[in-house]
Amino acid sequence: MSAAENGREVLVRVKGVGKVYRRGSEDIHVLRDLDLEVRAGDFLALMGPSGSGKSTLLNLLGGLDRPTEGILTVGGDSIADLTPRELAAWRARHIGFVFQLYNLLPTLTAIANVELPLLLTPLSKSERRSHSEAALKMVGLGHRLKHYPRQLSGGEQQRVGIARAIVADPTILLCDEPTGDLDRKSGDEILSLLQELNRAQGKTIIMVTHDPHASHRAGRTIYLNKGQISDTMPE
Amino acid sequence: MKYFSLIWSNLLRKKLRTTLTLLSIFIAFLLYGYLAAIRGAFAGNISMQGAERLITRHKVSIAQLLPIRYRSRIAQIPGVKNTVTCTWFGGIYQHPYNFFPQIVVNQESYFDVYSEFKVSEKERQAWLNTRDGVIVGRSTARRFGWKIGDRIPIQATIWIKPGGSQAWEFEIVGIYDGQDKETDSSQMFIRYDYFDETRLFAKGQIGWFVVKVADPQNSFSIIRQIDTEFANSSAGETKSETEKAFAQAFAKQIGDIGKILIAILSAVFFTILLVAGNTMAQAVRERREELGVLKAIGFTNAGVLGLVLGESIVLSGVGGFAGLGLAIIIIAQGDPTHGALPVFVFPASDVLLGVGITIGLGLLAGIFPALQAMRLNVAEALRRM
Ligand SMILES: Nc1ncnc2c1ncn2[C@@H]1O[C@H](COP(=O)(O)OP(=O)(O)OP(=O)(O)O)[C@@H](O)[C@H]1O
Ligand SMILES: [Mg+2]
Repeated sequence: MSAAENGREVLVRVKGVGKVYRRGSEDIHVLRDLDLEVRAGDFLALMGPSGSGKSTLLNLLGGLDRPTEGILTVGGDSIADLTPRELAAWRARHIGFVFQLYNLLPTLTAIANVELPLLLTPLSKSERRSHSEAALKMVGLGHRLKHYPRQLSGGEQQRVGIARAIVADPTILLCDEPTGDLDRKSGDEILSLLQELNRAQGKTIIMVTHDPHASHRAGRTIYLNKGQISDTMPE
Repeated sequence: MKYFSLIWSNLLRKKLRTTLTLLSIFIAFLLYGYLAAIRGAFAGNISMQGAERLITRHKVSIAQLLPIRYRSRIAQIPGVKNTVTCTWFGGIYQHPYNFFPQIVVNQESYFDVYSEFKVSEKERQAWLNTRDGVIVGRSTARRFGWKIGDRIPIQATIWIKPGGSQAWEFEIVGIYDGQDKETDSSQMFIRYDYFDETRLFAKGQIGWFVVKVADPQNSFSIIRQIDTEFANSSAGETKSETEKAFAQAFAKQIGDIGKILIAILSAVFFTILLVAGNTMAQAVRERREELGVLKAIGFTNAGVLGLVLGESIVLSGVGGFAGLGLAIIIIAQGDPTHGALPVFVFPASDVLLGVGITIGLGLLAGIFPALQAMRLNVAEALRRM
């Protein structure tokens, strides 16, 4: 653990977490007794073979799913103790998701997509507009506000996805293979953008990736294998 | 309503499907408006002075005649304020399609008993002074372009004259208006004295009595007294009832049109419910991932339920209000048959019911897809297969 990390508070604390899926009569232990700590301002790359449970872990961290066992706190909130309604409000406040396939609403313009999380806030219409516009400018899409997703390239769509994830200023950005569907050049641009958000704004980012090249951009890389986290690449 | 543009954009996603669904809802509500007006025209949904007036007819059927001399005996019954006699004339003006009711009445008191028909004092006086004079309703006068002073030929179907002639001629001496737009103004009134003198047979016989009572509360006992008065009478026993009951019985006789129309409408709305419900079910099915994204962003389960229900209500509301609106406009133009449905209005209560059905349809069509969207598990919705 580096000196820089020591100074920062632990934001995410995962202790003894297990996740079991039932498929028919069979129990699938995807995560077992998993421990993890993420500090505020970390840019973490999460790697591991397909089916190792990376998305499952990300969903648990983002409050989209609940662990079968163990403790999971983010910023002091124990996620497992929240009611579904509280959990939704908690997500709106603390989590920004970036998906591999961007998952923009095809019927809405770029700016309307970015505005979605702000609908859940008490902001006025004009405040929502100006926040959304600022977020799009920050990802370099100030000139594409009124474009629909189908009128944008993959890289541009992912920028809109990132703008949507950061517009409400969440505590953590959770990215599930954000460059997985992009060519090298667009992927690099997205990674630079995430790096920039991490460095300049101190955003905590957890990014799932298959690409070693992408993991180099992160401050720290961890590996998920057989339901457990390790700091070194498994054999 | 900050969620409106989100709801609206979803409806615009499949323009063809939304248009077709809207069109079916629109047509259903247009039909609803039309049938409500037709039902009103038939089922005696018409504002009537109901209990204040009694109808006394032959016990066997309305088609059997009664002697006019019963009139003075009815008049003597305590609580009876006024009595007039009515006889169905059933004539044809130029062509059988031109149907309108012609009724033979007592000119001196008819408009006292039917005070909802408004006719000027001058025209009433003219009627008393013109033996072959008639008073016609505004809608019929307008329909045929008649004005006061016109002489109109009527071909009798029942009441032939001595020598077998069917040709009658009357002079229009007055035009009456209904007190409101729901009052029938299609009838024509002929004087009884002139009619009785001129017809070949059944002199002194009339169709039915209309009895105005002083206090509607006593209607029931007066009905009994009238029918007792003529019990076992060889000239004909009577059957009395309130005008409202009479009108309803009449409506039943013509095939209980109200019920038939309601059955048709129920079938139409059930079909529309399936159409709209299917549209909403598809909308939710093909949008699982997007609904998952909304939940990931922080929309609550109830919020997602509200979005889908809102979409369904907007869909049904747009189609429904457009249909009701056009129905109101068309029905305001009046009777489309030019005479067969003298009272053709879209009753305010039915408009309100239509608005209720619109919202109910939206809720019903959307509730199951909305519940499905609400229960949708985010992690599963977002999982790539
Ligand atoms: N809802 C579920 N029901 C049953 N099994 C599930 C469910 N979600 C995930 N799994 C299983 O859990 C395991 C881990 O899945 P997960 O999606 O987390 O893997 P991953 O590491 O993200 O893989 P990839 O790199 O392919 O995205 C897989 O074997 C998957 O089939
Ligand atoms: Mg995955």
